[in-house]
Amino acid sequence: MMKFDVVIIGGGLSGLTCGIRLAQEGKKCVIISSGQSALHFSSGSFDLLNSLPDGTRVTNPLESLSDLSLLNPTHPYVKMGKERFAALAEESKQLLEGVGIHTKGSYKKNHYRITPLAMVKSTWLTMMDFLSTDDPKTFNCKSFALFNFVGYLDFYPDYLSEKFERMGVKTQKFSIDLSSVERMRRNPSELRSTNIARLFDEEEARKNLIRILEEKAADYEVVLLPACLGLENANVISELSKAIGKPVYVVATFPPSVAGIRAQYLLKQKFMRLGGMYMLGDTVNRVDMKENSINKIFTVNHGDIPIVGDDYILCSGSFFSQGLVALPDKVIDPIFGLDIDYSPNRQDWYTANVYDKQRYLTFGVETNNDFLAIKDKKIVRNLHACGAILGGFDALKEGCGSGVSLLTALYVAEEILRK
Amino acid sequence: MDLINKSDNNFEQCIKCTVCTVYCPVLAVNPDFPGPKHGGPDQERLRLKMPSFYDEANKFCMNCKRCEVACPSNVRIGDIIQKARLKYSRHKPTVRDFFLSHTDLVGTISTPVAPIINSSLKLDSTKYLLEHVMQIDHRRLFPTYTHEKFVSWMKKQEEEQRRFKKQVCYFHGCYVNYNYPSLGKDLVKVMNLLGYGVQLLKKEKCCGVALISNGYFAQAKIQGRINLNSIRKAAQNNISTIATSSTCVLTMRDEYPHLLELDNKDIKEHIELATRFIYRLIEDDHFDLSELKFNQKKWKVAYHTPCHLEKLGWEYYSIELLKRIPNIELTILRPNCCGIAGTYGFKKENYDYSQKIGAPLFKEIEEGNFDYVVTDCETCKWQIEMSTSKKCLHPITLFAMALE
Repeated sequence: MMKFDVVIIGGGLSGLTCGIRLAQEGKKCVIISSGQSALHFSSGSFDLLNSLPDGTRVTNPLESLSDLSLLNPTHPYVKMGKERFAALAEESKQLLEGVGIHTKGSYKKNHYRITPLAMVKSTWLTMMDFLSTDDPKTFNCKSFALFNFVGYLDFYPDYLSEKFERMGVKTQKFSIDLSSVERMRRNPSELRSTNIARLFDEEEARKNLIRILEEKAADYEVVLLPACLGLENANVISELSKAIGKPVYVVATFPPSVAGIRAQYLLKQKFMRLGGMYMLGDTVNRVDMKENSINKIFTVNHGDIPIVGDDYILCSGSFFSQGLVALPDKVIDPIFGLDIDYSPNRQDWYTANVYDKQRYLTFGVETNNDFLAIKDKKIVRNLHACGAILGGFDALKEGCGSGVSLLTALYVAEEILRK
Repeated sequence: MDLINKSDNNFEQCIKCTVCTVYCPVLAVNPDFPGPKHGGPDQERLRLKMPSFYDEANKFCMNCKRCEVACPSNVRIGDIIQKARLKYSRHKPTVRDFFLSHTDLVGTISTPVAPIINSSLKLDSTKYLLEHVMQIDHRRLFPTYTHEKFVSWMKKQEEEQRRFKKQVCYFHGCYVNYNYPSLGKDLVKVMNLLGYGVQLLKKEKCCGVALISNGYFAQAKIQGRINLNSIRKAAQNNISTIATSSTCVLTMRDEYPHLLELDNKDIKEHIELATRFIYRLIEDDHFDLSELKFNQKKWKVAYHTPCHLEKLGWEYYSIELLKRIPNIELTILRPNCCGIAGTYGFKKENYDYSQKIGAPLFKEIEEGNFDYVVTDCETCKWQIEMSTSKKCLHPITLFAMALE
C-alpha cells in the first residue's frame, strides 16, 4: 500500500491549492489527477463574485455576501461565513503570490478584464501582465498599439480595436510576420498559443520581436500582445516592457491559455517541492469504505496496491473533468457515489436558450457546512469536497468559479490541519 | 468506470479542448505532424468515412502517450493514431526499418562477433554507409553489443538461483540480453539479497515495441503470443514476471490488448516493473531494508521519468526505491521527453527533431551538476548518454551499487 496523511483526488486549482497548504504544514500528500485541468482555459483572471443569483451586479464581493446568504443559503461562501470568506480570499492571493503567480485586485472591489471577444467583464484577481481596468467604460491611457502574429487565429484584433476605440482609446492594429512563425504555419491546424510561446521563451527570438515593437509602436502609449508569451519564462512580458521602455500588456486568447498552463505548472512545482506526490493520468476506480469513513482507494494505474490516507479530499471538478457525470436520469460522482444536489426531473436541468441560466451548472455534491461529503444522508467522516464539484453555485452566471475553488480548498485544508 | 457506451477507440469522448496539443513533444518541434488531436480523434471521423483520408504524416507520432496522460477525458489518443497506422497506412517498412525493429535477429547475429560489430559501428565509413544506404543518422551512437548474452550467463546461474525458496521470472528484454547484461546481473544480485531466486521465462521474445512502431504488426503479434504464454505458465506456478524496462512492461500490459488485440486480462497483474515488485516486498511483506548493508557513498542523482513509465503511472515505485538509498540527494527532473522514442531517433528524417525534443531535458541535466542520471528506460539512457556528459543508470543498478 501507499500511505499518506492526505489523499487528494483532483489536480486542478482546488486540489493543488489544498495540497500546497497542507504540505506547507508538513502533511504528506498525494494528488491523483485523471488529466490536465481547467486551468488550461484560464482567462488570466480569477473571479470571486461578479453577480448575485438574481442577476444583480456585484462591485464589492465582501459587502454582497449578506445579500448572497439571503438569496442562496447553500452557496459555499455562505457556508464558510463572511469572516472566513474575507480571510481566505486574502490568503488565496498570498498563496498565488508565493507560488509566483502575481496578481492585482482585491476582494473588496472588483475590477475589469477583457475577454478574447472584446467583452469587458468584472473579476477579482488578474495576473499582472494582463490588460485590465478599474473603470469598465475606459482605460487609463490614450493609445494602444495592438499586435498579432500573422497566421495566429485564436486572437481577434478587429473586435478588440473596435471595442477599445469605443472606450475612447486610439487603437492601431499591427501584424507581426516572423519567419519562425511562418515555419509553424506549415501545419494547417496547430499554430496555437503554446507554439508561439515556446518560440519566444528563447531570448534570441525575442530580440527580433523587440525590434519590431520598438519600431511600430513608437507613437503609441501602450503595447498590447495576444496572451501567448511566457510559457516557461514568466518574465517575458516585463522584459519586453523594459526593453522598449513602455508598458506592455497581454490580452486573453482562445485556449489553450499560456498563462493558465504556467499557473498550473507553478502550482504543481510548488506542491512537489514541498514533498507532495503528483500522479497524473490516473483514475480512482474502487473505494473501500467502512462505517462512513474511507479506508482506502484503488486506481487504474496502481491496480491492487491501495492508496491510503487519514483524510481524503475530493476536488475532481465538475462535468468537464468528469468529477460529475450526467446519466440519462441522474447526476452522479463516479468515484464515491456521494449524495448529489440535483433535480430528479431532467426537464429542469437546462433551458433551451443556451445563454440563460442553466440549472445543471448548480448541481454538485452535498456537504455539511465544513464541506464534509455526505453519502446516503450520512456524513463521511474523513472525506471533504471542494472546488467545482460542490453544488449550490453557478460559476458562469455568478462569476465565482475560481473563488469557490481557491477558498473552499483553503477552508478544507485548514479544517484538516485543525484536527 | 465505463458509464456510457463508448466505441472501441473512444474518439467520440474528445471534447476538442486542445490540452493534448500542449503536451505533444513532436508538435512542439515538427509542424509536419498533424498533432494528437488532429491526427487522432479529429481525423478518425474522416477515416471511418473513407480510409483514403489517412494522413501518412501520422508516422511522426512517437507513441510516447503524453497526450493520453494529459487528456482530461481519458481519450486513448496514442492508441487511435497507432491503430490508424496499422489499419490504413500504405507505407511499407524499409530495409532500415527491418534492421532496427528485428532486435532478436540482429542481436543474435551481432553478439558472437560483438568486438568487430562494436568497433565497426564507430567507424566513419560505417556511419557513412548507414546514413546513405540505410537512412540511419550518422550522428546517432549505437549501443555496443556484448560478447556473452545475458541468457548464457543466466544458464550458468540456474542451480544457484534454484536454491531460493521464493522465485521470480525476469523478462530481461533485448537490451539486457544483447547489449547490457550487467543490468540483468544487478537485478539478480538485488533480488537474491531480497530473498528471491531469479529465473528466465520458458521462452522470451522481444516485446515487439520496435516491430509495432515500424509497421510489423503480424510479427509483433506472434512474439506477443509467445511472451504471454510464457508469463501465463509462470503465473500458473504463482511466479510473477518482472522487467527492468518500462517500455517492455507497457507494451505487454497495454499495447498487447489495445493494439495487437492479444487478451492478457488473466495475467496483466503478473507483469511487473522490478521496482514495483520490490516496493511490494518492502511495504506489504515488510522486508526490512536495514538488514542490507548499504555503503555510505554520497550521490547526487537526477531521476528522469520515461514517457512510458509516466503512462503506467509507476515512476513512484522507482523514486521510492531510490529514496531508500542512504545519503542520496535526489532530484526529480521535469517531465520532458528525451526525444529518442526507441528506433524513432535513429532514423535520419527524425534525428534533428529527436534532439530538439530532448534539448530542455539535456539542459536541465547539464545544469544540475549530478553524479548520475537514473531512469528505467534503456533508450532514454542511450539518448541521455549520447546527448549529455552524464552517465545514465537504471535504479536497480544504482541500488546494487549502494550495496557493494
